[in-house]
Amino acid sequence: MKNLSLRQIASCIIVLVLLILFPLVFSKPFPQHVMILIFMFGMMAVAWNIMGGYAGMFSFGQVAFFGIGAYTSSFFLITYHVNPWLGLIVGGLIASLIGAAIGYPCSNLRGHYFAIASIAFGEIVRTHFNNWKLIGAAEGMTLPMLDESFENFMFHSSKLPYYYIILAFLIISLIVCHFVANCKMGYYFRAIKESHDVAKVLGINVVWYRLIAIMISAFLTAMAGTFYAQYVLYLDPESVLILPISVQIVLISMLGGAGSVMGPVIGAAILIPISEITRVMLGHKGTGIDMLIYGALITLISVYQPKGVWGLLSTIGKRAK
Amino acid sequence: MKKALCLEVNGVTKRFGGLFANENISFIVEEGEIVSIIGPNGAGKSTLFNCVTGFYRANSGRISFLGEEITGHRADRICKMGIARTFQIVQIISDMTVLENVMTAALLRFNKIRPAVEKAEEVLSFTGLVAKKELLATELTIADKKRLEVSMALATQPKLLMLDESMAGLTRVELGGMIALIKKIRERGMTLVVVEHVMEAVMEISDRVVVLNSGRKIMEGSPREVVVNKEVIQAYLGEKYNVVGS
Repeated sequence: MKNLSLRQIASCIIVLVLLILFPLVFSKPFPQHVMILIFMFGMMAVAWNIMGGYAGMFSFGQVAFFGIGAYTSSFFLITYHVNPWLGLIVGGLIASLIGAAIGYPCSNLRGHYFAIASIAFGEIVRTHFNNWKLIGAAEGMTLPMLDESFENFMFHSSKLPYYYIILAFLIISLIVCHFVANCKMGYYFRAIKESHDVAKVLGINVVWYRLIAIMISAFLTAMAGTFYAQYVLYLDPESVLILPISVQIVLISMLGGAGSVMGPVIGAAILIPISEITRVMLGHKGTGIDMLIYGALITLISVYQPKGVWGLLSTIGKRAK
Repeated sequence: MKKALCLEVNGVTKRFGGLFANENISFIVEEGEIVSIIGPNGAGKSTLFNCVTGFYRANSGRISFLGEEITGHRADRICKMGIARTFQIVQIISDMTVLENVMTAALLRFNKIRPAVEKAEEVLSFTGLVAKKELLATELTIADKKRLEVSMALATQPKLLMLDESMAGLTRVELGGMIALIKKIRERGMTLVVVEHVMEAVMEISDRVVVLNSGRKIMEGSPREVVVNKEVIQAYLGEKYNVVGS
């Protein structure tokens, strides 16, 4: 219903130009690496938001889609020399299909029950991959070194191409989310989030629309998985399939503001630097103080600003008018 | 001249464990009629509603709508066929504005947002909520929430509208407003089935009344016939109503 205003489009373009210029100004690897993580987790949070923030399915199993994406493209690359870009599409499709296959029997699960089922899903995938010989089981897989090129989705001399690729992925996710939020589907998702009864009485096929939300979310999350595999060139279940990744995706979305297009990205821009910096500065002392700071922040936000930072910003924005 | 049949409920039984919530209930609704269903709490009125609208699956019996059997159909499919309903406890989408709520309902018949908004605006001017369209649904009074729920039901463009206690908890003035709205809806040629406790509303709007007690239909007739019936007085209305009524 709402189209972007001229002012919103202008600010989007300004932010985009700044982001494009960022790695040229800050050319050290660490800031670029942090930005890459922000974009990657931002993208996954945007994808979670379609399921959780709009359609009300609080998934704590997103890491399964991430892992399936990472493993699919890597497996096909290693075994059959399939181009990773093609692997990315295949990984997305497989993640969507598995998401739908798991989502269908969970059609009537809501709230906590859906969350519990999704944790189980993530853990089942992790355990399974840990024991699956074909894909390296617990030892994981090392990607072959290919020539550095965009076509090979592999760059050795600089992080810059990775930076721009994941930025592009994030923008694609935001466009998808904006489109979903403002069409029939988005309104139907919000009705389903409110209650299945209200959705049914408006003639909405709840099962079908929930599956669509899961599939879109799974595809985008799997894209991030393939990106991660190409970026790190090594993956094992304990690095790409663990529950804390799922939890972090949910926290980022909630902190930024679930149910708004931009909220999750803002959440990632706040949480990822904090977690990276506290980890680098305090993590090696073994006191776990980085996690303490992290936890305290999340508690504060959920108590005082349940609508997230985006909710806070839009309240201020409304008052200013 | 016989009118066309809108809804036909034939021998519907719904059990919860050993409890018969509905037992062999039959009645018909003709096009353009307002039929009220009354009875004491626990008589099975809402269960009957849920069976007709696909929220429950009846254990036995048949339900047809406009000549087509709808027994056991999914709720969203029944809605699409043209039966809209409201709930005893108001069901609205709390984080949407009034207009967005009605627009979401209107999307059943449109794929694009713009025509759905136009339809929603039209419905809201009809139900008298258009001035409040930008408010959040949660900011409305209970009377307006009920009005919003009726607006949402209308926006799905039904042929049969089923209202579950849309007058409960309203003040006198609000009650008058709701009765007026129901009459206005009927003037547009809508068929209505209404579950209601407020007897003065039942008397005023109904063409026919179906009385339920302990899951069974005990009587059916015009409002005048029903209020003087001994069994109905005993089961539901009470002796006092008789005194005042006669």
